[in-house]
Amino acid sequence: MTELAIGIILGCCALGAGVAMIAGIGPGIGEGNAVAKACEAIGRQPECRGQVTTTMLMGCAVAETTGLYALVIAILLIFVAPQRLVDILMNIVG
Amino acid sequence: MEEKIGFKNPEEKKTKFGFVDILLLILTVLPLIAGIMLKILFTPASDGIQIEGAMIYAEINMPFGTTMPITEAQINSWLVILSIMFLCIFLTHGMTVWGKGKRQIIAEWIVEKVDSLVKENMGEYFMGFAPFVAAILALSACSSLLSLIGLFPPTSDINITAGWAILTFILITHYKMKCGPLQYIKSFGEPVPFLAPLNIISEVATPVSMAFRHYGNVLSGSVISVLISALLAKLSAMVFAFLPGALAKVPFLRIGLPAVLSVYFDVFSGCLQAFIFAMLTMLYVAGGFPQELYMKKQEKKKLKKAKKAQRAD
Repeated sequence: MTELAIGIILGCCALGAGVAMIAGIGPGIGEGNAVAKACEAIGRQPECRGQVTTTMLMGCAVAETTGLYALVIAILLIFVAPQRLVDILMNIVG
Repeated sequence: MEEKIGFKNPEEKKTKFGFVDILLLILTVLPLIAGIMLKILFTPASDGIQIEGAMIYAEINMPFGTTMPITEAQINSWLVILSIMFLCIFLTHGMTVWGKGKRQIIAEWIVEKVDSLVKENMGEYFMGFAPFVAAILALSACSSLLSLIGLFPPTSDINITAGWAILTFILITHYKMKCGPLQYIKSFGEPVPFLAPLNIISEVATPVSMAFRHYGNVLSGSVISVLISALLAKLSAMVFAFLPGALAKVPFLRIGLPAVLSVYFDVFSGCLQAFIFAMLTMLYVAGGFPQELYMKKQEKKKLKKAKKAQRAD
């Protein structure tokens, strides 16, 4: 029975990590939009290239934050959570 | 010509690459070598995929029955600090007004760039922030680049980046408090008092997001690099299985591709994150500071002092 429980824990942690990374869609779309607009801006005013690029990189990095939150959750779920949950289970079982 | 005018350049003779320079350069490289030695000494032999946090070198007993682990990240970040310090001394020692040495020009260029960056983003009032920003930039960039020589990059440990983010948070709060604690509390109910809880959450989220951003970017890069190199090893073992003997075990596909990825994940991403961390520090500190109000208060204080002085006269 404990083996089944441990299996469920591991599987659910992996599933959860995978589901968490769905959040990667958001930053992907957002950054794509940002880069597209930056390309348009550079096309319109090539002399502003440096400034536009710097601002775009800044914006991209900030937009990436939500994706990184998801990444942190996924990493926690893969590397930290299983060990803890198994320990808790073992304590309960005795 | 110059001697004719009676104008003697004291640095006329060519600047020699002296003993001190060599010593300082050696001292710059020495911490990194020490880090590699430590890593070699402490790493247990293993192969396959390894994605682990910072290694714990030692544990120090602290009061209240707790232990403070001395991790790889701490040691490496101190080594980077030492290395940067000696590099700075190397660049700046023996500076002269006349000097046109390469070292001095590089040092001046760095200082000028940082100064202009701070001036552009924070304004005249915050010019004192230039050394701090330069320190954050150098420390963060060099910490991330540490992975190029095979060491554990300190920025892929949440504790290090969280420490920097907390420092930034303290600075932000300090500059928000400049007009008195009452003004600080008032600023939370800024558009409407009803939004105060959200404002408090966003205030706390600032350092958290900064720490996670830097940490997540560097860590994700290293995780992806490890996964890809493991995959390439497996793939080449499958593809080149027909080769005789030991040749079949050599991961030929590993040559090249991980290096290309490393250029993006380690060099570009690391430097970009350093720049972004410094930039956000500047923007948050300058943005949170109620400059107009502070200037008004300062003027009022000056007027009061002047009046007092007049009365005393």
